[in-house]
Formats: sequence, C-alpha cells, structure tokens
Amino acid sequence: MCNTCGCNVTPGNQSLIQNEKPKEGLTTISVLQNLLTHNNNQADHNRAHFDAEKVLVINLMSSPGSGKTALLESTIKQLKESLSIAVIEGDLETENDAQRIQAQGVPAYQITTGTACHLDAHLIHNVLHHMPLKGLDLLFIENVGNLVCPASFDLGHHRNVVLLSVTEGDDKPSKYPVMFKAADLVLITKLDLLPYLDDFSIDNAKQNVHNLANKAPTLTISAKNNLGMDEWISWLKSEIHQHQALLLNHQTQKPKVQQDGALLHAKATPHKFYPVKTHQH
Amino acid sequence: MHELSLCENLLEQVIKIAQQHQAKTIESITLNLGPLAGVEPLLLDNAFKILKIDTVVANAQLIINTTPIIIECPHCGEQSSATNNYLVCPSCQSNDTRLISGDELILANVALYTAT
Repeated sequence: MCNTCGCNVTPGNQSLIQNEKPKEGLTTISVLQNLLTHNNNQADHNRAHFDAEKVLVINLMSSPGSGKTALLESTIKQLKESLSIAVIEGDLETENDAQRIQAQGVPAYQITTGTACHLDAHLIHNVLHHMPLKGLDLLFIENVGNLVCPASFDLGHHRNVVLLSVTEGDDKPSKYPVMFKAADLVLITKLDLLPYLDDFSIDNAKQNVHNLANKAPTLTISAKNNLGMDEWISWLKSEIHQHQALLLNHQTQKPKVQQDGALLHAKATPHKFYPVKTHQH
Repeated sequence: MHELSLCENLLEQVIKIAQQHQAKTIESITLNLGPLAGVEPLLLDNAFKILKIDTVVANAQLIINTTPIIIECPHCGEQSSATNNYLVCPSCQSNDTRLISGDELILANVALYTAT
C-alpha cells in the first residue's frame, strides 16, 4: 500500500479522501457581469439601427387595461399629419391591438409572445427585419401589459413611459417600485373616471413616485376625452427634438434601466452612438 | 416571472467561462442580487435546479448574495440604507438620491476545478 498509485484507496475510506482532495485545483474566477448582458448587447445593436435612421423609440409599459392602445390611437390621430409614426405591439395572443393601430393609418407590427411576460431586445430585432425604419420619426413599442418583468429589459429604445390608470389605485408605484423607478415619464390615465372614484389621489400617486427618487414628470391624461393630451404631445415633441440634437453630437440616450448599483458606480455620461456598419433590415 | 430565461443566460455565461478555463467541474456560482433587480431569489434558485441537470454545472452550488439598498444624496453627501419603495434621503428629504447598491443582477464569480 502506498500513497502514489492509489492502491491505498479502499471502499471504506474512499469518500473521506475524495472529500478532502478536490480543494487542490479550485480556482475562483471573478466575473462581475450582468446576467442580462446578452439582451443588453442586442439592445445596443437595436438602438444603433434606430439612431442610424434618426427614429425616437418610446417603450410604453403598464398593467393590462390601463389604456396604452387607446393612448396610441389618440396620439396618432393628433400627430400623423406632422410626424411619421409606427408601432410595435406586444401581447401574449391576438393581433387586435395591431389592427386598432393600423385602422389609424400607420404601420403596426404585432409580436405575440405566447406565454412570455415581456418583450426583449431579440424579439424587437426580429421585427426590424419586417418593418422599414427609413423615414420614421417616432416608433412606439407597446410592451406586454405587466408591471413586473418588462422593467428589466432594455429593448434598444430611448425612453420609458409608464401608465397608471386611476382605477388601479394610487399606491401602484410603491407596490411595483422597479417599474416606476424605470419611468422617464409617468402618465396617469383615464382621468375622465376620476370623479367616480373616491380613493384615488393624484397627489398620493405623485408622492409615491417621488419616494422612489424618480424625478420623472407626471402628466394626467384622458385619451378618451382629450384631457391633458397637449402636454403629452409637447413632451413627445421635445423628446424628439432632444434626441435629434444628441444625434448631431454622435450621442444617444438610454432609458432608465437597471444601473447595477456599485458595478456602474461611475458618473452617468451621455452614451456614445456608434453607427451600424453591417447588415440591412 | 422571467427567472427561467435569466437562468438560461446565467448558464450560458458560466459554461463559456468553464470552457475558457478548461474546467473539469464547477464548485459554485455566486450571484450578487439586489432587491430592486426585479428578480425573486427563490424562483431563480428553482430555475437553476431544473436547468443545471446534465450540464457542466450539474453539481455546482448556486450562492445568491442579497446586496443592501444604499442611496447617496448629492446635496448632503449622506450615504444611507433605504427600502424598496422609499429612496428619499433620510437626512435632508431630497429625492435626488442615487442608488449605489441594490439593483444588481450580477454574476460575481465562478469557483471551478481545473486540475486534471
């Protein structure tokens, strides 16, 4: 029996030896990489496509039924003469929303996600093969109705707009902090219903967004009765203007998505815009 | 709700690292996960148990470190801990605070055996 060839290993002591041996050769590799790196790289690629065609892309997020499609219908009615608009619709099933948008006379492409609860950058990239971006000024992405998952996914867009309808309750920003912290603009919708509700306070809703250290503006709106639409349209126009100005300086903007705390501790700087060199859509 | 697809990404990254380092087996995978990352640690752990079967990480342990929520106030310079839905500076009540920890979704390290 020796310590060289392994003949001293018996069934009785095998487990002991194997348990202590492996520590030799154990290496810890430090990685520090975001789990969404794959999605985020694809998102940057999408953004480069959008920026090359000078299209501002807005991601609309909210719970189901808070009025995203109605808002788009009303917005398109007001803007389609002056701006070239298109819409990407995300839903689990049906093409109903895309048909509603197409009825307004602008191109719409429906993504049916099946069971997936959010859109991701790869799904958006697939659409780009079917949707010409040339000549567009504004592209809306209507995300899957969900206040949880869509907040974590950069799609390559420029701004997040989060809708909160008055029928949902003014504490939604506190209940879904990840989503409302990601908002570049909060829209309180269905304002026409406010008189029928005694438990929704616009001030409380604003305060709850404020508590998330999110200084995004909050607008109140009713797409149905055309209340507050002017402020929303001006916000859109000023965002288009700001985006064009950034592009002239070869910069672009990212929506508020996860910053990875300490890993990206450095001060936020404007994102560089790199034109896409290869493939056409 | 998207923990399964996140876990697929995690395994892709880990398997790539394992190949780069010619790992024989992987001992552990450590994640830094913030409460504001929008990911439920328990669901992620369950997804890992399903997805790791028959892969190089089959025997690996998933270690999830929950990072604290820490904000920094640019006005009074104070660093303080905060909760998921209240990120206002406790010293000067400013909501200008910056989240410096708490939204991480990071693969921190992989411990692996390279010995032949």
